[in-house]
Amino acid sequence: MTNQELKDSILKIEPTAVLEEGKQYLNLAVASDKWHSLAQQLKENKELAFDYLFNLTGVDYGDTLGVVYHLESTSHHHVVVVKVSTDRQNPQIPTICDIWRTAEFHEREAFDFLGIQFINHPDLRRIFLDEEWKGYPLRKDYDSSLNQSY
Amino acid sequence: MEEIIIKEAPEQEISINMGPQHPSTHGVLRLVLSLKGEMVQKVEPHCGYIHRGIEKMTETMTYQQIIHLTDRLDYLSAHMNNAAVCLTVEKALDIEVPERVKVIRTIIEELARIASHQLWWCSFGMDLGGLTCFFYGLRDREKILDIFEETTGSRLIQSYNCPGGLMADLHPDFQRKVKEFIVYFRKILPEYDELLSGNIIMMERAKGIGVMTKEQAISYGMTGPSGRGSGFSCDVRKHHPYHAYDKVKFNEVLRTEGDTYARYMVRIDEMRESMNIIEQLIDNIPAGDFAVKMKPIIKLPEGEYYQRVEAARGEFGVYIQSKGEKYPYRMKFRSPNFSNLSALDALTRGHKIADLVAIGGSLDYVIPDIDR
Repeated sequence: MTNQELKDSILKIEPTAVLEEGKQYLNLAVASDKWHSLAQQLKENKELAFDYLFNLTGVDYGDTLGVVYHLESTSHHHVVVVKVSTDRQNPQIPTICDIWRTAEFHEREAFDFLGIQFINHPDLRRIFLDEEWKGYPLRKDYDSSLNQSY
Repeated sequence: MEEIIIKEAPEQEISINMGPQHPSTHGVLRLVLSLKGEMVQKVEPHCGYIHRGIEKMTETMTYQQIIHLTDRLDYLSAHMNNAAVCLTVEKALDIEVPERVKVIRTIIEELARIASHQLWWCSFGMDLGGLTCFFYGLRDREKILDIFEETTGSRLIQSYNCPGGLMADLHPDFQRKVKEFIVYFRKILPEYDELLSGNIIMMERAKGIGVMTKEQAISYGMTGPSGRGSGFSCDVRKHHPYHAYDKVKFNEVLRTEGDTYARYMVRIDEMRESMNIIEQLIDNIPAGDFAVKMKPIIKLPEGEYYQRVEAARGEFGVYIQSKGEKYPYRMKFRSPNFSNLSALDALTRGHKIADLVAIGGSLDYVIPDIDR
């Protein structure tokens, strides 16, 4: 599918989505409350069939936190980059690990380093750092002296 | 005489630790196993024992410096990881590297892939109790490391790529030695098959163990030889060619069984394909510069860049968000082992602990790539 056709069919599913063509991939921004149902459609729709989540990145944008999802269809070989942003004080995004199983670990990583709460995640714990670790290291305002006991 | 009644041991679930110091985890990975008798009910990986915070470190480093960190992710795919960062930077700056660089990068990466699969083969054999494999594999890998040492200056983590090209030109003996190695290894590889691939003990322990369907493999993001053993066509070299991969003929090795044996055979066949690729290029390295002259301080224009490459264990990705500074604003490494590890629980449920060792060996995880 070309990017234009992708745009049209995604807008048919979710009219509030914002699509723009980037240098490399098609970018899609969506509100976090709409994200889970759209994700379900992105995978199950036969024409879109985004079945392969090849990257999940948590980002600190300053005022907001966000997650960037790189999705590919293994049958049609088209790619879309989904961006969901959330409030910094109470960052909450619905989990998508029921749709793409690989997200389970990636979401735990984003929780570990950025403190993003993934709603309905089956096992949301820190994956790399200790449970007692203070703060979220990949946030731009992280104070590394908090965890230096020596 | 009284009848002796043998009571059966109560079948309750117990949990034990495997690792972080365990020879079959190939590094410091801790697995918490829930067991019923000898059967694995659940595997819970605990990562982070050697996490170095590389993604955070990159935020205060220039792109030339970051190259040296990417070696330390999957150290057996050091060249591929370096190249991924270089390609991202080159793409962002619209730099076209000389043909010579592309061809050399391709050859070196395929050599690294063979060396990595050799090390996997010897440790996989050793996990299953075949110590001989370990000596065979290391003996042959040494020859590749010697070639690397001559050209790049080091054996394991070479940092041979840099944005714009290569750190140094090829050693004058490079072509001769690579050709000698291919002749040698074509003769030796059938011995690997004789020793392990057709071994009845190994087949009993690998066939039908840890089966993953294609749909599951895609959902778990299982790439590389592990994914291709399940029939997931995920070779980045084929689908999104980079370097000189669009100019060479090679097959994407696919198997549909999805078990440990399929993942094993994919890697063995991939070594043959890698040799095919090298043979097509080794006599046709174009003359020219080995690098484009770059500014000492590289600033990427504001925007987002993504580059995918095929490392020895699967798809490696580099995602950069730049704000036009000399440091990246956010840099993320999509490491193949981290995604492959997430499938371990699904692969091992209902198998024995000994099968967990075989399955883990067939996934071929490298821990520094998980703990970035």
